[in-house]
Amino acid sequence: MTSRNTRRFGPLLLILALAGILFAEPGEGEWLHKVPARDRGRTNPFASDSDAPAAGAKIFAEHCASCHGEDAEGKIQGKHVRPNLHADRIKTAKPGELFWLLTNGSLKNGMPSWSRLPEAQRWQLISYLKSLP
Amino acid sequence: MDFILASIPRTCILFSALAMLGVSAPLHAQENYFVTYSHELEEPGNLEIAAKSVTGAPQDGNPFVATALEFEYGIKTWWTTELYLDGQNTAGESTVFTGFRVENRVRPLLREHWINPVLYFEFENINGADKALLEVVGHDTREDFLTRNDRSEKAREAEFKLILSSNFKGWNVSENIIAEKNLDNSPWEFGYAVGASRTLALAASAKPCKFCRENFALGAEMYGGLGERYSFGLADTSHYLGYVVTWNIPRGPTLRLSPNFGLNDNSHGFLFRFMLSYEIDQIFSKMRSNP
Repeated sequence: MTSRNTRRFGPLLLILALAGILFAEPGEGEWLHKVPARDRGRTNPFASDSDAPAAGAKIFAEHCASCHGEDAEGKIQGKHVRPNLHADRIKTAKPGELFWLLTNGSLKNGMPSWSRLPEAQRWQLISYLKSLP
Repeated sequence: MDFILASIPRTCILFSALAMLGVSAPLHAQENYFVTYSHELEEPGNLEIAAKSVTGAPQDGNPFVATALEFEYGIKTWWTTELYLDGQNTAGESTVFTGFRVENRVRPLLREHWINPVLYFEFENINGADKALLEVVGHDTREDFLTRNDRSEKAREAEFKLILSSNFKGWNVSENIIAEKNLDNSPWEFGYAVGASRTLALAASAKPCKFCRENFALGAEMYGGLGERYSFGLADTSHYLGYVVTWNIPRGPTLRLSPNFGLNDNSHGFLFRFMLSYEIDQIFSKMRSNP
């Protein structure tokens, strides 16, 4: 009976154990240290596009405002703190670093990957973030 | 046509009720397909309610419309759970509840890769009258739809999928490998689904608009059975090709339509799928702040 149970639940336990190891990632803010140099050096192709912040604001309202607030002021949702995007950390971050974060997310900290947005829209979103006061 | 239209008001009432409840700033469904899954999961704390329907008129059978009411909740960024309630109406026969499904999708890798795997586990408790066609496996054929609605045959099944998915240059390409087992000691059944989709515009326009190209996605998916453990292969299996149009209405629901064409004699000649979904962001936070 025991060996039957082991056979039945063994793979599930293995998956859970692997998941535990995989999710032992650095905490909030430490994602910056994880950005590969190649990604860090990427420049925003929409940097000189005067419409990009407005387009980015639209994308932000649609996909990001529910967590980060309508004005990107951040939110506390239960025990989760959704960062204020007017923070210095965002202002000083390089466009390539923000692009890496949007693409990969920070799944352990509740930030989803936004790779489903086309690259152009991710860059427009960064233009909006960089335009925040 | 009247038969299809008759099923629409209930869906409209559900989504109108959600809108009247003051559910604001809805987000949008991740998937761009009906059968194929991509690696996109529900955002944590969000609940998506969707009515996925399929209608067809099998040769020598009665036309039907089957609906799966889907409740999808993001538990974590890497873990999404879903409950489906299935029902169907067959012309000249009856309208019946055909069972439920509970599924979980887990993303084992926390970064974006060239190919992103997702593990999918589902338990389904459905009966022989189920026509939701959320997947095609084994030797599923159109003949399964010719018998009169009969709920006496029960199927308690476990289903596993390996979802592989990639996003590049605005495209999503997804491949699903399906293994399903009836828990009454039947052999494993296998199936597949593959899909590709792309938004019509890669960059967003600066002005608010409902009909902007970036709100639309076009795609195609192909799915079918691969036999079972003792008869693996394409013999006596059915296969479909569907084109998918998705309209993400800004600050509103998502509408998805898909004509599907059977690719061999075992398939239904034509199926039409349609879906309306509405996503409620941070539902439990809202409930806590507005008791």
